[in-house]
Amino acid sequence: MRKPVEQIEEATILFAGDSGDGSQTIGTQMTETTALIGNDVATLPDYPAEIQAPAGSLAGVSGFQLHFSSEQIHTPGDLCDVLVAMNPAALKVHLNKLKSNGILIVNIDNFARRNLRLAGYESDPITDGTLTKYQVFPVELTQLTRKALETTALTVREIDRCKNFFALGMILWLYNRPMEYTMKWIKVKYAKRPQYIEPNILALRAGNIYCEATEQFASSYDVKPADFDPGTYRNIEGNMATVLGLVAASHQSGLPLVYGSYPITPASDILHGLAQYRNFGVVTMQMEDEIAAVGVAIGAAFSGALGVTGSSGPGLALKSEAINLAMIAELPLVVCNIQRAGPSTGMPTKTEQSDLLQMFYGRNGESPVPIIASSRPHDCFETIYEACRIAVKYRTPVIFLSDLYIGLGAEPWKIPQLSELPEIRPDFAVSADTNNGFEPYLRDPETLARPWAKPGTAGLEHRIGGLEKSDVTGDVSYDAENHQRMVEIRAEKVARIADELPPTEVFGAQEGDLLLLGWGGTYGAIRTTAENYIASELPIAHVHLRHLNPFPKDLGDTLQRFKKILIPELNSGQLLQLIRSTYLIDAIGFNKVQGQPFHVFELESKIDEILKEIGHA
Amino acid sequence: MRRKRTSGIPAGAPTLSKKDFESDQDVRWCPGCGDYSILAQTQRIMPELGIPKENIVFISGIGCSSRFPYYMNTYGFHTIHGRAPTIASGVKMANPDLSVWIITGDGDALSIGGNHFIHLMRRNFDVNVLLFNNRIYGLTKGQYSPTSEQGKLTKSTPLGSVDPPFNPISLALASGATFVARSLDRDASHLRTIIKSAFEHKGTSFIEIYQNCNVFNDKTFIQYTEKDTKADNTVVLEHGDSLVFGTEHDKGIRLNGFQPEVVETTNGEYSTDDLIVHDQYAEDTTLANFLARMSDTPDMPHPIGIFRSVRHPCYEDAMTNQVRTARERMGDGDLEALLNDGETWTVS
Ligand SMILES: Cc1ncc(C[n+]2csc(CCOP(=O)(O)OP(=O)(O)O)c2C)c(N)n1
Ligand code: SF4
Ligand SMILES: [Mg+2]
Repeated sequence: MRKPVEQIEEATILFAGDSGDGSQTIGTQMTETTALIGNDVATLPDYPAEIQAPAGSLAGVSGFQLHFSSEQIHTPGDLCDVLVAMNPAALKVHLNKLKSNGILIVNIDNFARRNLRLAGYESDPITDGTLTKYQVFPVELTQLTRKALETTALTVREIDRCKNFFALGMILWLYNRPMEYTMKWIKVKYAKRPQYIEPNILALRAGNIYCEATEQFASSYDVKPADFDPGTYRNIEGNMATVLGLVAASHQSGLPLVYGSYPITPASDILHGLAQYRNFGVVTMQMEDEIAAVGVAIGAAFSGALGVTGSSGPGLALKSEAINLAMIAELPLVVCNIQRAGPSTGMPTKTEQSDLLQMFYGRNGESPVPIIASSRPHDCFETIYEACRIAVKYRTPVIFLSDLYIGLGAEPWKIPQLSELPEIRPDFAVSADTNNGFEPYLRDPETLARPWAKPGTAGLEHRIGGLEKSDVTGDVSYDAENHQRMVEIRAEKVARIADELPPTEVFGAQEGDLLLLGWGGTYGAIRTTAENYIASELPIAHVHLRHLNPFPKDLGDTLQRFKKILIPELNSGQLLQLIRSTYLIDAIGFNKVQGQPFHVFELESKIDEILKEIGHA
Repeated sequence: MRRKRTSGIPAGAPTLSKKDFESDQDVRWCPGCGDYSILAQTQRIMPELGIPKENIVFISGIGCSSRFPYYMNTYGFHTIHGRAPTIASGVKMANPDLSVWIITGDGDALSIGGNHFIHLMRRNFDVNVLLFNNRIYGLTKGQYSPTSEQGKLTKSTPLGSVDPPFNPISLALASGATFVARSLDRDASHLRTIIKSAFEHKGTSFIEIYQNCNVFNDKTFIQYTEKDTKADNTVVLEHGDSLVFGTEHDKGIRLNGFQPEVVETTNGEYSTDDLIVHDQYAEDTTLANFLARMSDTPDMPHPIGIFRSVRHPCYEDAMTNQVRTARERMGDGDLEALLNDGETWTVS
């Protein structure tokens, strides 16, 4: 008899184990399946810093959290309903993320004395009372997988590597999800090593049957599909959305894409992704360092291509002199900064949004550069596309900010129609249309953009460079008044981008007591929090900024309509400084600098405090 | 045979002269600076290259020498200190039809830009590098440079520099450069010939040019450039010829084991048959390395001319090829299909 199925609205699952245990793989598979059957999903992979930390050690734990729902969701979830711990270290690292009475599945075969000691457990947590607040399911995952696969031709070592699929089989059963998608994936994944296809499928099935057949679980759960706008969807990671946005911008503008980069976590996946698309004319150049990487992008832009470079904080530090060159030379350039945590090398596998002021001010002289930030994985597509559009239209470097949390996180994405993509027009100069010959700094009166004349165009030979240039002619100039004028023109050019920005979207009350102002990867946590308060009819609103330089024109007025402005950031208050100095508003910061995203409950406790202060019970 | 590509002047186009390559900017080097001659020879040789002016791009870093692009009436980009090779690589990659020239100094190329320099050589983009070696930082008013001789007295090294110099030719060879040459600011016709050969070479062409900075390092190269001393202190490399030099053509370079040595060819002990015969097309760099090291050895003449010229694949061709092959195999990129790639689902 089939066990009963309980309807629930949402669930959060965390897979954790040694980095070799395949938690990322099964996490991704669960995500794919769940998205395909129509739930809204958000994920958070958590990689260890070391590639191969000692097996069983705390440093080697790799986790993958996914949150899915029949409602729209914005975060990978605060606390989990299910924790799958493949060893004691995974249990130790992640137990604090499990809800009380949550389901804890442990691979009991890995709980020998040695493993316990490696994880720093004095005694066995399964039997010593540590886990009394949870529903514990000890499973002989290793033994059961070996038994299920004993007739295959694989060695014991190879068999042990299939046990993650046994675990996935269990979770698919627990949440009533089909196994077909995973089976299909296994077949594609191992097409070149077919000996692994059958065993992995067997393990998956065995895990599934184990739950159905044994007494372990009394019932399973189901999460109904979420309500989505009509359209075609796919699941997408932030870095992949960035890749597709760049390819789309190149395709739609007709400008060949040249991407210069130097490997760095968490930006490397953009390089890997773009390298697959040579048939779109995409050229990727892995250079000797980040300076060379931005150098080739600038050179490509001078030649008339879409020049793009990408890195993370340390690489951006190296690129700053070259970005400044592109700024004064007024060439289109797109610079991606996939932020990670901390100063210097910091915490490369953790997230943060602490490079905002570096991007604003980290160049010598006065160097205004448009800055635009993505707010969630799928938003990377639109945001990077917008970065390319602005760079080309205004002949300026544009900084695109993303972060590790967005870059590696995944969620469903409504695939846009090509006709919805904004136009990107290179408008190359083709002839000198003044009596004085070609004037490389004669500007478009509306945008203040200068002409883009690519080498190879007869009659437009001209010289550019980092020395201050004379207005209109572009000759080298040390003239005092000219310098001031050029500084002002460059600032004005960037400021004018605000003329075409859409009005600020205010979610919730249009005026009132409290405005939550955010930017970047904190979108999900802030929006979820805002929704919770708005549901209880409190005069709260959320504004999330995509454009950080220039700010939207109506931002100042919008801020004035609220008594209090709260700016939650994963830094010590960087947007806060900008807002306070730009609008002379006494905004309040809420700051977390732990390499981890916000939890909704953290935001809620801060908001409750403020609401109390201003007289809400 | 080694002549190559780069879109030629259309038939019937007016022939260009030196004047066509002079920009309207005042040249601002110190009177007497060796840079003037290099500029003039470059402007003189350009019309002979047979390519339209608009296909020529000069890209420089920072230094006195790097002001060069402003004076050329071609496309030009005066970039940032040491980084010209990176920007030039991007220019060439995005448009392989352009004739790209990198102008750099000893500090620009070998100090701050040393990393880019070696990687440019190894990638073998089809670009030309003119290194103005004056063995000093000119623009910053006279500090020692990575080619200054050890013990150099400058404002920043009042007790003498302690670090030994780079040999730019050895460095280029070690980095896999496919065309390596040396010339002199004061030898106009040699310089023009070498610049032209560099242009004709397909791949990265590197020319070290001994350049006098008469303000901060005057006469450093005087023994190699002046009429009365030149013949005894330089040896001109010509492919297929023996290494003979001296006012009376009575001296030559012979290999003694692994050591080049100067011998007299008229006193009966050695004849020209004992001398090294130059082979600039040798794939193996042993000979080129020997020749390069001569300028580090006291009392040896400095070789002038082409040390090495070999044909290797160029980065931009290999990359363009990948694009072409991918297009043949998978068809031109279809954006709609790409966005809809993988598992999708439809909500109606
Ligand atoms: C990042 C940076 N550091 C330092 C400088 C200052 N600087 C300008 S040119 C130069 C040295 C130039 O020497 P070299 O390349 O030999 O050129 P030369 O002036 O001798 O032709 C230095 C140190 C600079 N412009 N940029
Ligand atoms: S300082 Fe030296 S290199 Fe610079 S322009 Fe004057 S003479 Fe020439
Ligand atoms: Mg110099």
